[in-house]
Amino acid sequence: MKILVCITHVPDTTSKIQFTADNTKFDTTGVQFIIGPYDDYALARAVELRDQTGGKLTVLNVGEAETEPTLRKALAIGADDAIRVNSNPKDSFFVAKQIAHYAKEGGYDLILMGRESIDFNGGMVHGMVGELLGMPSFSPVMKLDVEGTTVKMAREIEGGKEMLEAQLPLIAGCQEPIAEWKIPNMRGIMSARTKPLNVVDPVTEETQAETQKYQLPPAKGAVKLVDKDNVAELVKLLKNDAKVL
Amino acid sequence: MSVLVYIEQAEGKIKKTSLEAVSFASALAAKTGEGEVIAVALGSVDQAELASVGKAGATKVLHASDSRLDAGVIQAHATAVAQAFEKTGSKTVVLAKSSLGDAVAARLAIKVNAGLVSNVVELPNTDSGYIVKRSIYTGKAFAETSLTTANKILAIKKNAIDLKIDGADAAVESLEVNIPDSDFGSKITATERATGEVLLPEADIVVSGGRGMKGPENWGMIEDLAKTLGAATGCSKPVSDIGWRPHHEHVGQTGVKVAPSLYVAIGISGAIQHLAGVNSSKCIVVINKDPEAPFFKAADYGIVGDAFEVVPKLNEALKAEL
Repeated sequence: MKILVCITHVPDTTSKIQFTADNTKFDTTGVQFIIGPYDDYALARAVELRDQTGGKLTVLNVGEAETEPTLRKALAIGADDAIRVNSNPKDSFFVAKQIAHYAKEGGYDLILMGRESIDFNGGMVHGMVGELLGMPSFSPVMKLDVEGTTVKMAREIEGGKEMLEAQLPLIAGCQEPIAEWKIPNMRGIMSARTKPLNVVDPVTEETQAETQKYQLPPAKGAVKLVDKDNVAELVKLLKNDAKVL
Repeated sequence: MSVLVYIEQAEGKIKKTSLEAVSFASALAAKTGEGEVIAVALGSVDQAELASVGKAGATKVLHASDSRLDAGVIQAHATAVAQAFEKTGSKTVVLAKSSLGDAVAARLAIKVNAGLVSNVVELPNTDSGYIVKRSIYTGKAFAETSLTTANKILAIKKNAIDLKIDGADAAVESLEVNIPDSDFGSKITATERATGEVLLPEADIVVSGGRGMKGPENWGMIEDLAKTLGAATGCSKPVSDIGWRPHHEHVGQTGVKVAPSLYVAIGISGAIQHLAGVNSSKCIVVINKDPEAPFFKAADYGIVGDAFEVVPKLNEALKAEL
């Protein structure tokens, strides 16, 4: 089975989010970049499936040269080779077009990625790629097993989940608990250095959206503490001041 | 001219978040002069329920009653909405962000060549261009994004607008759709859904418990408090990881992001990953015995005290008041 995992290169979940240049650019000062946590789940499951069924696992990122350490980490976790589409990921549509092109070229049976990136949170790329390739797409997928050409999945829905069966090839946007995150071991890190990382050009420059400005939410006021022996006071505050009851 | 709204149903009932999307579309149409709001409903829903969508601001509901659409078959839903889009000549689709809504919107965007913005938090600014404010970095920031396409899709975040309830009943028309069998190629073999409870992603009040609850056997007091408040119950990631509570209750960065009016956190320290799931809440109450718990910094109201002592007392006080 040929598996493609698409990963994002995003600020660590504990990063302080700040902007520069008159709120037009993300401030990368002191920010550590990681594989998107949802993509990391997708990658972990893909490694397990590749180990079970054999075949090849390719990891892809749309990004400029600074994302290569993130791709190398994915190789260390267990991907066989990597593709970097050499461009700033301008919007979901742009990214989906690149993935669709290279996914078609590679003839993958299964395309996995995170349910959403943790920077822009759109959660749109998997569905767009599915439609562009005429493949079914599912998200958020929390369980995925492959039996022959049949894929059995659980998809989270509001307040529960649905069990699904579909045929390969397909695309899934993944989330926990599809697999446990994998930490690269020394052997993986060493071998990742020599695994192929192919840099390719974007196939189109077409976009549909452009972000012009960023904003931080207004600062939160100080917490109002209520004595633990006077909970009635809290009820009053919620009712009369916050007006949420 | 019209704005189209994709509305979701569960067991024949239109979801409240979809009604919010209708109200959003109604305000949008008034702003842009796009005329009436037409909702698209798929699957088995009765006429009265469909007509009631008018209260939220729709003048018409197009209904494709094919019962194969009762379940959220993503591809088939996208095809049906795309056909309604062509038929009505709309340029804009509005829908509520949800598990199914996101999946359908992405495919629809490609089908009808529309620019798509998700997590929209307010009406777009159309003074010059079409600028949409959306929530990014899991609620830690906003982006102002300009859409350059003629066709547009807006997936709105919960609480982006107040629900309108004073509209007249909508006219219900049947929608003929032609969906290829291949769109039904995936099979939903079973659905597990918590029944009779308030659904977490859509709840107006959420009561969550963390490791401070010491064990799943102590969740009774969380549930009692939730019942008094008419709230959904949630939990922190460690709690769902250990299996004290099911995964669909996990609130946080990699779990459910909630946007209730009131979020009550009990025995949760407030790790940054948990805060990412709750930072869109209007009001946050934290109950924790550790005065140094980081959650207090993100809270509006706090009680420093033992949950096992405070929560039952709070429940009694609320019962007396509500």
